[in-house]
Amino acid sequence: MKKKSLAIVSAIVMTASLLAGCGASGSADQAASTAATQAAADTQAADTEADAQAADTEAATQAESASADEATQVSGEVTAAGSSALLPLVQAAAEKFMDTNPDCTVTVNGGGSGEGLKQVADGSIDIGNSDVFAEEKLDADAAAKLVDHEVATITMAPVVNKDLGVTNLTTDQLVSIFTGKTTNWKDVGGPDEAIVLVTRPSSSGTRALFKTWALNGAEEASNEALETDDSGTLLQTVEQNKGAIGYVALSYLVNNSDVQAVSIDDVEPSLENTYNGSYKVWGYEHMYTNGEGSDAAKAFIDYITGDKFADSVESMGYGVASKMSEEAVNSHKTN
Amino acid sequence: MSERFRKEYAGRGLVTLCGLLIIALTLAIGAFLIYQGTGTFYKFHHSLFEFLFSSNWSPMDNATEGGGHVGSAVYIAGSLMTCGLALLIAAPFSIGAAVFMTEISPKWGTRLLQPAVEIFVGIPSVVYGWIGLTILVPFIRDVFHAKMGGYSVLAAGIVLAVMIFPTITTVAADSIRSVPDYYRKAAYGLGSTRWQTIYKIVLPAAKTGILTGVILGLSRAFGEALAVAMVIGKTRAFPKNILSPTNNLTAAIAADMGNSASGGEQNMALWTMALLLYVISMIFIVLIHALGKERKE
Repeated sequence: MKKKSLAIVSAIVMTASLLAGCGASGSADQAASTAATQAAADTQAADTEADAQAADTEAATQAESASADEATQVSGEVTAAGSSALLPLVQAAAEKFMDTNPDCTVTVNGGGSGEGLKQVADGSIDIGNSDVFAEEKLDADAAAKLVDHEVATITMAPVVNKDLGVTNLTTDQLVSIFTGKTTNWKDVGGPDEAIVLVTRPSSSGTRALFKTWALNGAEEASNEALETDDSGTLLQTVEQNKGAIGYVALSYLVNNSDVQAVSIDDVEPSLENTYNGSYKVWGYEHMYTNGEGSDAAKAFIDYITGDKFADSVESMGYGVASKMSEEAVNSHKTN
Repeated sequence: MSERFRKEYAGRGLVTLCGLLIIALTLAIGAFLIYQGTGTFYKFHHSLFEFLFSSNWSPMDNATEGGGHVGSAVYIAGSLMTCGLALLIAAPFSIGAAVFMTEISPKWGTRLLQPAVEIFVGIPSVVYGWIGLTILVPFIRDVFHAKMGGYSVLAAGIVLAVMIFPTITTVAADSIRSVPDYYRKAAYGLGSTRWQTIYKIVLPAAKTGILTGVILGLSRAFGEALAVAMVIGKTRAFPKNILSPTNNLTAAIAADMGNSASGGEQNMALWTMALLLYVISMIFIVLIHALGKERKE
């Protein structure tokens, strides 16, 4: 009996290696990628990401959104997935959108920007949410088919433990801390306390954005930092360790008084300072459609960027893309 | 004829189909992992040696470009160390508990200890991880003054030890129970004490079964992602001691799989790690079957 099962196991191994030679079938690919999406959604439920690159503002999208408020009702099904940073906002928008469009079903999932872009490119979903430009995660052919909608901006803030007493850091100090050169708070005007870096995975959009705009492109010291899968865990780690420093999106700091947000060069991380261009650590959140997208998908995106939903966007800690001053937009364009 | 077909062959066909489906599924997953996981080597031209033994991890995260480094030694070492530590903690405990509930106090054992151990098996790993994160990590920070806030190899080892303890205990207890009673009677007849009987006769007779339990526990520890990820700190460096943080294979895959560019160098390297885990679990299964065969003979 045991001999037989051993034989089966070895048969499996042999057949597996044979099959590998021919390459996996398309359906296996599909099934596995769906499973991966599910798992990613589970582990990264509270993830926050943002785009690190300068963005072209899409005048067309903005103009459309104004008229969309009075748009007629739509019906059908819209599926969206991707960035977990954008997830809370899209979910809130989906609920309200379905209230006014009862014949329309909007399903929103997480999974990460990479998954969202991949799935919208291969047509399995209508909208791919992403913190980064499609060109960064897809090959040129696939990215060219997608249409970008910049639905909101997201602002990142460094956070430290409340008991630390540090409320402001210069850019140089920040770079020195995150690259592992400064290892004690007393060197940057704080108490005598070892610095504990808390960071995000290297593929994270939040990390990419923070690297570009807060650290002037300097690479973080991954070999000396604790890494957390999501911003919720990051906040908890910062809360529990006096010497800890990390970074999260402003949306995670709404109604959160357990950590201290840190000003950079005496500029406080706030929506106001993001709009007027004085606070530079922000990026666009993207919703991609494959080509023009279905009517329902278009209506949904128009709703998110529309004036009616703008207050909700701000109350959740995101920035309204149309409120960005020319100065702010240009400051990110030059890079 | 049709009556007989309904009664006999329909059921048989159904269970055969289920069996074949499981085999097909295992094959499909294996084939897919090999297809994806070998991309690191033939698409981005990294050597197996670099993947296994280099600690330089800086893969490119976009769809086409290569040119980074995919040394996963930190993750592999992290997995090995945490699992080794877990086994070191759990194995003596588990075997002790198994002996207690089978030899020392079978009545208590089956009535109280057995259900308690079974409850342990059913607790989801996220619960273990969360308790570890809230109780164990601050405890290690405050008691041992661990530098990185208590996230450490030690924390991961303890959480894993608690998770694999029921597996080893259950299998070891079954194996001890299956030692024929006349072994014990013969030992007593020759004048052995109870402890001598357990130590010299029962445990050696149950050796292969206990070892099977240990390997089953080890394979569970190797594949555990969530609980470990929560307490290990995920610092990309070899740990300086058991109080420093490090990273492991499963946590590294979970952290970057959703965000990395599909088909890119980083994504491919993560698939290679997944393939490595698949191969390791395959080795464990083959080991268990070899042990089972030995026990039969």
